[in-house]
Amino acid sequence: MTETVLTHENPDEPNVFTQDMLGWEPWLPPMDEADLTERHWTALVQKGRSKMPYFMLLARDPDILEYRTRTDMDIFYNPDAGLPRADREMAAAATSRYNGCIYCASVHSRFATQHSKRKDEVQKLLDQGVSARIDPRWDAITDAAVALTSIPMTFGPDHIEALRDTGMDDQAIADAIYAISFFNWANRLMLSLGPTTPGEAN
Amino acid sequence: MTDVIDTLAGLPPESELRAARPTAREYAQKSYEALFVSVREGLMPVGERLAVTCFVAGLHGDTPAMEHYAGLLAESDAAGLSDAIAAAVAAGRTEGPYGAFPAGPLSAEDTPGMVFKADADALGARLAAAFEHAHMLVFHPRDAGRDAIVALTGAGWSATDIVTLSQMISFLSFQIRAGAGLRVLAAAS
Repeated sequence: MTETVLTHENPDEPNVFTQDMLGWEPWLPPMDEADLTERHWTALVQKGRSKMPYFMLLARDPDILEYRTRTDMDIFYNPDAGLPRADREMAAAATSRYNGCIYCASVHSRFATQHSKRKDEVQKLLDQGVSARIDPRWDAITDAAVALTSIPMTFGPDHIEALRDTGMDDQAIADAIYAISFFNWANRLMLSLGPTTPGEAN
Repeated sequence: MTDVIDTLAGLPPESELRAARPTAREYAQKSYEALFVSVREGLMPVGERLAVTCFVAGLHGDTPAMEHYAGLLAESDAAGLSDAIAAAVAAGRTEGPYGAFPAGPLSAEDTPGMVFKADADALGARLAAAFEHAHMLVFHPRDAGRDAIVALTGAGWSATDIVTLSQMISFLSFQIRAGAGLRVLAAAS
């Protein structure tokens, strides 16, 4: 039996990078809440995610969903030393801008704005792309995101030096590497498993 | 079990560089083990996983990752595919990311690039479809639309196996970069 691929009327698919709330729909059937076992609930990590089609689709393979989520949370939410949250979110936004994930860029540019209070500068990255020049710290992070996201990877000692010149220590640089690398995971799931839609995610 | 990002980065087991993010370290490794070591029965077979993974590592051109996963492939029931995988890597190597945006102002940024066709005679139809999907996700993920999923289901892929395949390719995109990035950082410290 051939699997059902879902269709979505999406005439107003978002076609610009924005800090507004966007939505997302899956191409494949998510799990039904009634079919979730204890393993699935644990894998969702946050109970409210059973209302979100993205996580309910990923719940089809609960182990990798749970471990993905816990990796994500430590990289972005662990406040112990290292890179400030706003800069981690800029790394995520720059990576998403470069790979072309309008949905991921919307979420993480909002977080970057929330934590930095610099909405206009964040918007400059979205509007102008990764060649936008904002300030030495964010430019070095964006350049690192481009170098580590490109294939072939061009990330090298010059990028480390540029990051260090903005006052980042080794832990902060490691955080930037993790945040950029993690968004190369997240962008690919979001882009390939369903389309971005207007309005707030359900 | 040895931490694979440490292996790829060439870091000692107790490296200070990773000490402050113990949960990320633990769960990145658990992700690897769930995908390749302790695979649940009924999910995507390990041999298929390793075949696609060696292709993905080869497309990245990252020697430590290529060597690590070639070692796992050699011990799997997909070992006989190594020549076909090497041929696919040679045919599929290019530069990314590229691709098209939804039509509109961003269309000015659309960048054309290779649309990879896998050798179904060498790989079989199911694995060939997975290689084509992997190539798209590695190099031009913004081109991945409904048609790409239809191509997989048409080759016999179930929804659950597509989720696993997508997670695996995407995880590798993370793991290879984390290893490469930390390797550069350690060398500069």
